[in-house]
Amino acid sequence: MSKGNILTVDGATKTFGGLVAVRDVSFEVAEGELLGLIGPNGSGKTTMMNLISGALKPSAGTIRLDGRVISGRPAHEIARRGVARTFQLVRVLPGLSVRDNVVAGAVFGHSRHWGKDAETLAETLLEQVGLEGRGSAPVSTLTYIDQKRLELARALACNPRLLLLDEWLAGLNPSELRIGMALIRDLRNEGRTIVMVEHVMDAIRSLCDRCVVMSSGSKIAEGEVRAVLSQPGVIEAYLGVEDA
Amino acid sequence: MIRPTQSEWKLAGLAILGLGTAALLPVVDEGYYLSIALNMALYAVLCTAWTLFSGPTHYISLATAAFFGIGTYAVALGIDALPFPVLVGLGALGAALLAGLVGAATLRLSGVYFVIFTLGLAELVRQLVTWAQTSFTTSVGLYVFTDFTEKHIFWMLLALAGAVYLIGWAVNRSRLGFAMRIIGNDETVARHVGINTARAKVALFMLSGAFIGATGAVLAPRFAYVEPTSAFNPMISFQVVIMALLGGTGRLWAPLLGVIPFTILFDWVTARFPNHTSLVIGFAFMAIVYLVPRGVSGLLADIRRLSGRLRIAFAEGAGRR
Repeated sequence: MSKGNILTVDGATKTFGGLVAVRDVSFEVAEGELLGLIGPNGSGKTTMMNLISGALKPSAGTIRLDGRVISGRPAHEIARRGVARTFQLVRVLPGLSVRDNVVAGAVFGHSRHWGKDAETLAETLLEQVGLEGRGSAPVSTLTYIDQKRLELARALACNPRLLLLDEWLAGLNPSELRIGMALIRDLRNEGRTIVMVEHVMDAIRSLCDRCVVMSSGSKIAEGEVRAVLSQPGVIEAYLGVEDA
Repeated sequence: MIRPTQSEWKLAGLAILGLGTAALLPVVDEGYYLSIALNMALYAVLCTAWTLFSGPTHYISLATAAFFGIGTYAVALGIDALPFPVLVGLGALGAALLAGLVGAATLRLSGVYFVIFTLGLAELVRQLVTWAQTSFTTSVGLYVFTDFTEKHIFWMLLALAGAVYLIGWAVNRSRLGFAMRIIGNDETVARHVGINTARAKVALFMLSGAFIGATGAVLAPRFAYVEPTSAFNPMISFQVVIMALLGGTGRLWAPLLGVIPFTILFDWVTARFPNHTSLVIGFAFMAIVYLVPRGVSGLLADIRRLSGRLRIAFAEGAGRR
């Protein structure tokens, strides 16, 4: 295992009964890197994210964070070690104020804050994601993109070693998309280590350093984005085989 | 987040005033009113303790009778050997341990499975105690002779009520309380922000169980003769759920809004229809579920919102004129 890798996935496999959702996938993510995880629908990307965050336990293979094995550990322990995530279908805490949604991450996440400390951090992060001054508002007043911003702020409040974004840009309109992409770019410039699952190819092209392509549960390509996207195997996975 | 806010000071003042006033009741009357006030204090403690756990988690526990009975039996078994306060402590401890065991085994269960398990558990404990008593002793019951009269028990219950409110308030503003609010909102999110959801739930279930156990212990002298059917009476479990739901579970003081009217109703029903108590209580329960699904506290919130809207409407109407 080389130094400087935050995440090392080694032969990760997940089966549900007879269905193999993820088959022997291996990749690494270096510190400060933004890795794109792409592939057609049902290729196992979200399952891969769930394996890393501990929502699911791998059937085989190991996943390491900073060199320590996290696969098989419960989700809350992995979160404390430093993996924070957003969800494919946005999940905010409806009974809590906007600020307390973020405080949740600050109190229980990787860096544990409490009291004024946690609230100050929450305000700072709300400002960073573009929700300044909205802290006391109920979550029900937020629009869809604002809920996504809130989820991101909550994940950042954990001060994660690794941030997992599961289709965080999905469902945004073109102008919101531009804002969202700028936000992710800022996070990368801050030096955050990020893995993002995304269908928005523009975002993958302009944001990611490298990408991993999955199809039917297996990794079929990995490398610099432009090179990977022009590989015949990848095009085939997305568009199917040309009729003879 | 650490220091009490002004409205919390006000509430604390009100609570002390309320408990203090209630404590003076035996001076005025030691008969009917004390007896009904004792029942109110009893269910206020039980329902608030129940709500500590079931409010944020939405898990309906029917194990109240089991925890209560353990407390009662701690006193009944030890009254000749140990001082009363020690026995109350032991009752609380015993109930907390049982809650911990049950919690570790069952909090993975959700919804109706948890309800049924806790009901079965209370019944199992009752049968075990009955079996132990008939097998190893000569009688099914135990005598509890103390110098306590109703007013002493009433005062002890008021003290327990004070304790349950104070600790409930402290928990609500602790990490544990915050964790429970997040778990109640979305357990998946809770896990992924780093909350050990199982441990938090078990801890709160144990705390809730401890208070119920202590209440059972305090009430033992009132029974005088303790037997499994009275100490582990499943009606206690059901009444606690009904009253807590009638009051509402969103706030610490909300169950009280259910306890007071329901105790009066229950007293009236048992006096008027002594042979049909269960039937009338059953109808009352159905009426509560249909008519005030969010409890009296929810109803109050609705009324406040409505009156606020009306006031705005009136103000606008007046402005136009």
